[in-house]
Amino acid sequence: MSGAAGTEPATPRAEDGPAISVRGLTKRFGTRVAVDHVDMDVPKGVIYGFLGPNGSGKTTTIRMMCGLLTPDEGGGRTLGHDIRTESDRIKEKIGYMPQRFSLYGDLTVRENLRFMARMYRVRNVREVVERTMAEHGLDRFADQLADTLSGGWKQRLSLAACLLHAPRLLLLDEPTAGVDPKARVDFWEEIRHQGRRGITSLVSTHYMDEAIQCDYIAYIFRGQLLITGKAHEIPRQVGLHTWWVTGPDLETLEKRLRALPGIEQVVRFGNRLHVSGSDAARLDAVAREEAAHGTHTWEQRETGLEDVFIYLMSRNGSEDADGLPRGPAPAGGTG
Amino acid sequence: MRRFSLSRFLAILTKEFIQMLRDRTTFAMMIGIPVMQLLLFGYAINTDPHHLPTRAEINDDGPLARAIIAGMETSDYFRFLGPVSGEREAEAALSSGEASFVIVIPPGFERDVIRGARPEILIAADASDPTAVGSAVGALSGIVERAIAQTLTGPLAVAEAAPGPFSVVVHRKYNPERRTSLNIVPGLLAIILAMTMTAITSVAIVREVERGTMETLISTPARPLEVMMGKILPYVLVGYIETVLFLIAAMTLFSVPFTGDLAAFLAGFNIYIVINLAIGFMVSTVARTQMQAMQISFFTILPTILLSGFIFPFAGMPGWAQAIGSVLPATHFLRIVRKVMLKFGDFAAIRQDLAALAVIAVIVTILSLLRYRRTLD
Ligand SMILES: Nc1ncnc2c1ncn2[C@@H]1O[C@H](COP(=O)(O)OP(=O)(O)O)[C@@H](O)[C@H]1O
Ligand SMILES: [Mg+2]
Repeated sequence: MSGAAGTEPATPRAEDGPAISVRGLTKRFGTRVAVDHVDMDVPKGVIYGFLGPNGSGKTTTIRMMCGLLTPDEGGGRTLGHDIRTESDRIKEKIGYMPQRFSLYGDLTVRENLRFMARMYRVRNVREVVERTMAEHGLDRFADQLADTLSGGWKQRLSLAACLLHAPRLLLLDEPTAGVDPKARVDFWEEIRHQGRRGITSLVSTHYMDEAIQCDYIAYIFRGQLLITGKAHEIPRQVGLHTWWVTGPDLETLEKRLRALPGIEQVVRFGNRLHVSGSDAARLDAVAREEAAHGTHTWEQRETGLEDVFIYLMSRNGSEDADGLPRGPAPAGGTG
Repeated sequence: MRRFSLSRFLAILTKEFIQMLRDRTTFAMMIGIPVMQLLLFGYAINTDPHHLPTRAEINDDGPLARAIIAGMETSDYFRFLGPVSGEREAEAALSSGEASFVIVIPPGFERDVIRGARPEILIAADASDPTAVGSAVGALSGIVERAIAQTLTGPLAVAEAAPGPFSVVVHRKYNPERRTSLNIVPGLLAIILAMTMTAITSVAIVREVERGTMETLISTPARPLEVMMGKILPYVLVGYIETVLFLIAAMTLFSVPFTGDLAAFLAGFNIYIVINLAIGFMVSTVARTQMQAMQISFFTILPTILLSGFIFPFAGMPGWAQAIGSVLPATHFLRIVRKVMLKFGDFAAIRQDLAALAVIAVIVTILSLLRYRRTLD
């Protein structure tokens, strides 16, 4: 196919390259740099979590990856197609779910799905739409106007709409924002279900607790990627060590611990403190000392992703890292 | 891959129709604006064309002339105020506004009718209302014909067989340009279409941007031409419906005739519709909200109303105004409508304006296709 083999270093073919690969992706709005030299590789078949607080540049990055926005600098490929010049090909192959509900509120569920199916020139539109509605439990709302659905059902409808043409790659922009916890759980189940069928998903979210749902993580803050990698390797990659502390009067303890050497971060998660530091030896010394003399229980733990994110953010100049939404406490929090 | 996809185009078309039928504001705008404007402009200017004050200068004393006067006295259309003697008195009656018409029956009228010499009856008219003048000719002809039929019986009836035993000559005064309701009503079609087509299209598109559905539309592989045509064609249909309703109303309520070539009219009409929809498309690329789209659309209407010849006669405008006016599509469509409806216009008669419309259409369409954003930049 490509006669120019060799002129370009390793042009990836759609079949064997990563699902998405971008380098130096940059976008400015006026003087504001919304996305600042982002490099990212999304391997095929994984669930890739794109995390970061609101306004950090997730939507802008995803739009560039779909060819909806032109980067000011940098570039890359999505499913092997150049994001600057081949957006038409990309659009045909991916399923993109915008952050805001973007289907037609004055059309019914069925009308919306038929419309989207036709836009992608799906064969057997009626059959595909009826089957998709049944699969996503939307059949009972088939003739209801989309505007009258609840937030969670709107999200499901949006997801169903971008699955109609059987894309191999999903780009989902904050699919779980503003929906109830039950709907969030169901949504992630659906994404994992798609993952088992070999579908790659890039999912952005500002809920840090959703990191555990992902195989890979990229964390973006103020337009810059602070870290990317396999989810379970990230804490080790950062080199952060953590102890969990439970007991009475955590507030006083929190203040006192912050002043101690070797302790770089103290974060409160419900009824316990996460105490972290990068120098394992010094942190352990402080912890053992405290555990021996104080009234609190100290436990050495694996550093969680949320600890890492807060650590990365405060190291990159955010004073109010604690003010970020963390979602419900992790499952182990009640113990 | 780059080909135009009929199925995508049809999908957009269908969607747009459903939305149009479900949206009450659009629907009200489609029907409400034309009806309101027509009634407003039509009735505000169109005076009751009945019982118009009329005098007559009678230079023939025969039974036929007397029958004509009798016919005028009983007619609904004229209110006969009695005879005048001489041209100067006739002039005075018209200029004072005492009479709208002075009818002049020439000397030897009856004799000439019988001889088949086709004598002329003159209507001197205050032509500030051309509708009235037009109808006056018709009404007078009827009266004279009836008078002839009643009076010239027996051996004299032969004259009847001759085609058109007399003719009516109209002498217009005060407003030779004939600019009023007869002109206003057809011209109104140009204004109504410009207003509704531009507003409805721009609102329909901005709605997509405002509600965020444009992001979905752009994220699909749809081509600009598919989107543009799919979104615009439903409104072409609206333009057709509005025009049919308008023509019916103009002909029945305001007795505006349709004298010319329908095909010539349709040619101009279709181009004009396309132009206005494309302008609506461009307005949508500037406006951020549906409200803004509406406002910009109505704002673009102002120069059209003022400079197209709709209100002020085009020939009477200063050069710069004519220059602006001649690039406005409404100026040309207005002329086409007037020529075709009122002046027996055919393709030859409207050739120039048709060509001007075609040029404008090409430019506007290209501009709007260029303005269509494939990305969210
Ligand atoms: N169309 C735009 N015009 C101007 N600024 C924008 C635009 N889109 C996004 N931004 C700015 O870029 C930054 C990143 O926004 P966004 O990508 O939406 O972040 P996120 O999706 O992570 O919340 C924000 O500061 C936002 O205000
Ligand atoms: Mg966002």
